Amino acid sequence: MRGILNKQLTQRIIFMLLAYAIVQLLVSTNIINAYLQATLVTICINIILAVSLNLITGFTGQFSLGHAGFMSIGAYTCALITMRVPTIAGFLAGVLMGAVMAALVGFLVGLPTLRLRGDYLAIATLGMSEIIRIVFINLDSITNGAAGLNDIPRFVNWPWLYVFVAGTILLIRNLLKSSHGRACIAIREDEIAAEAMGINTTKYKVLAFIIGAFCAGIAGALYSSYFYYIKPDLFGFLKSVDILVIVVLGGLGSISGSVLAAVLLAVVSTYFQSFPEIRMILYALILVIIMIFRPQGLLGSKEISISMFNRMGKLFAFGKGEK
Amino acid sequence: MQLLAIEKLTKSFGGLTAVLNVNIELQQGELIGLIGPNGAGKTTVFNLLTGVYVPTSGNITFCKDDSKISLHGLRPHKICKEGVARTFQNIRLFRDLTVFDNVRIAMHKNVKYGLLASLLHSPSYRREEKTIADASMELLKIFNLDEKKDEYAKNLPYGEQRHLEIARALATNPELLLLDEPAAGMNPAETAQLTELIKWIREKFNLTILLIEHDMSVVMKICERIYVLDYGILIAEGTPDEIRSNPRVIEAYLGEDVSNA
Ligand SMILES: Nc1ncnc2c1ncn2[C@@H]1O[C@H](COP(=O)(O)OP(=O)(O)OP(=O)(O)O)[C@@H](O)[C@H]1O
Ligand SMILES: [Mg+2]
Repeated sequence: MRGILNKQLTQRIIFMLLAYAIVQLLVSTNIINAYLQATLVTICINIILAVSLNLITGFTGQFSLGHAGFMSIGAYTCALITMRVPTIAGFLAGVLMGAVMAALVGFLVGLPTLRLRGDYLAIATLGMSEIIRIVFINLDSITNGAAGLNDIPRFVNWPWLYVFVAGTILLIRNLLKSSHGRACIAIREDEIAAEAMGINTTKYKVLAFIIGAFCAGIAGALYSSYFYYIKPDLFGFLKSVDILVIVVLGGLGSISGSVLAAVLLAVVSTYFQSFPEIRMILYALILVIIMIFRPQGLLGSKEISISMFNRMGKLFAFGKGEK
Repeated sequence: MQLLAIEKLTKSFGGLTAVLNVNIELQQGELIGLIGPNGAGKTTVFNLLTGVYVPTSGNITFCKDDSKISLHGLRPHKICKEGVARTFQNIRLFRDLTVFDNVRIAMHKNVKYGLLASLLHSPSYRREEKTIADASMELLKIFNLDEKKDEYAKNLPYGEQRHLEIARALATNPELLLLDEPAAGMNPAETAQLTELIKWIREKFNLTILLIEHDMSVVMKICERIYVLDYGILIAEGTPDEIRSNPRVIEAYLGEDVSNA
């Protein structure tokens, strides 16, 4: 048993290092050029956003349309800090503070609104993110209003992206494999039964919002640091919908689904960049087709894991006789 | 020793009084029946006991380690933590989760490792998860569900879903177990087996059980005392023999089969 565990762990580490090294190689050899790099950054940020929204909506079952709001808090906090302290330490402090501030707002918003369910919760979270946007527009003296902040120092590079993306995926995955994560999933399945089995449903709903908002804050911070320009309108209703689309497309309740969908949509988007009309049609078409033929999303609630590849490998190695 | 005292419990839904001035007392280790015609208010009593509804008036006192706790107004998860577990009349399993996960989730209240440990999968996380997994498998074995641990709950046959609900309730490590019509929808053979099982888990887990059941063969056979509700009012209390021959009960059940069971 112990041997197997160690083997799995080793494989996981090798896989993670490999993923890092391959992209790093592509970046250093300029195969991922400056233009593709923006796509890479978008993919990474969208993965963080989608995986964390999946924790709230896919795993805990709380319909949220406010993720862009949390993201904007991270973006503004980090931007304001790095513009004053333009060092790597300032950047890291900015990311951390951005995440913490977003989590704080997640907590404050979570407490009163979590009595709501389904559509009502969606509307409340949407309202919350609109309020955040309007506050940023009106805090002229700090945020420069609707015009936004420009010339934010850029510190984001592939190593940092990788650390934050892998960190987010790993921590949320770990959480979901624990009793605390199972408590969240139980709420999605049946709130009354979950309460009756001793789960403090309010606590875990708020927790999901806090962790989800924390990660969205990180994503926002990375966004502002890479694209060096932010304005409140970037974090409106449409951005929240974009994130939700990734989550639903990948599968509510599947982390690897969110990752897959984030990559897929970014690739389509980049590939057809030069034909904007076709791009939007294709984008919509993909969504419609998938919702018709796979309403549960690409992966449903299943996960792609390394042990799956192991099993496949064994299948090949031993031929048909093996089960 | 007294375990539960329900005094003058009343619950009104708008104009409808579902439960009125009900008194029930359970001694440690008893197996007590709660019967009554459809709509008598039995499930409502369970919902009041477990905090799903807040009583309109009355007291619910739970005695634990020589101290008395009022369950009135506590949220369901708190009541579960005090040691009251239940099953639901209209099965409420976590349908899209595995049999194994259904039971593991119910062990949550005794988990000691914190959020940080779960984010980092620390040694204390691993140790405790192993304990949870072992204990869950042990429970599933009792209900003959260990070989179906990876099956989705919704794919189990009806009878086994009822068994899984009991297993899940036991996973919370209760002192008082409330069973709401556990034999509903079972055939006579399954019912007989369930009856034995209820008797057996009471001994094995040192439980006090309050049982709602329409099937008189079950109630009359295993309950030491029986409470009878009709239109929200307690109309009788006594041993199975006393209840069988009670004219008010016979009247309430007019046309149903109490005396012959
Ligand atoms: N949430 C509610 N709102 C309004 N009325 C309710 C509610 N819950 C129960 N009732 C009513 O209270 C009465 C008692 O219902 P209850 O479910 O407790 O009966 P029961 O004895 O469990 O019946 P059965 O044997 O059919 O399960 C019924 O008339 C029911 O319609
Ligand atoms: Mg009932």
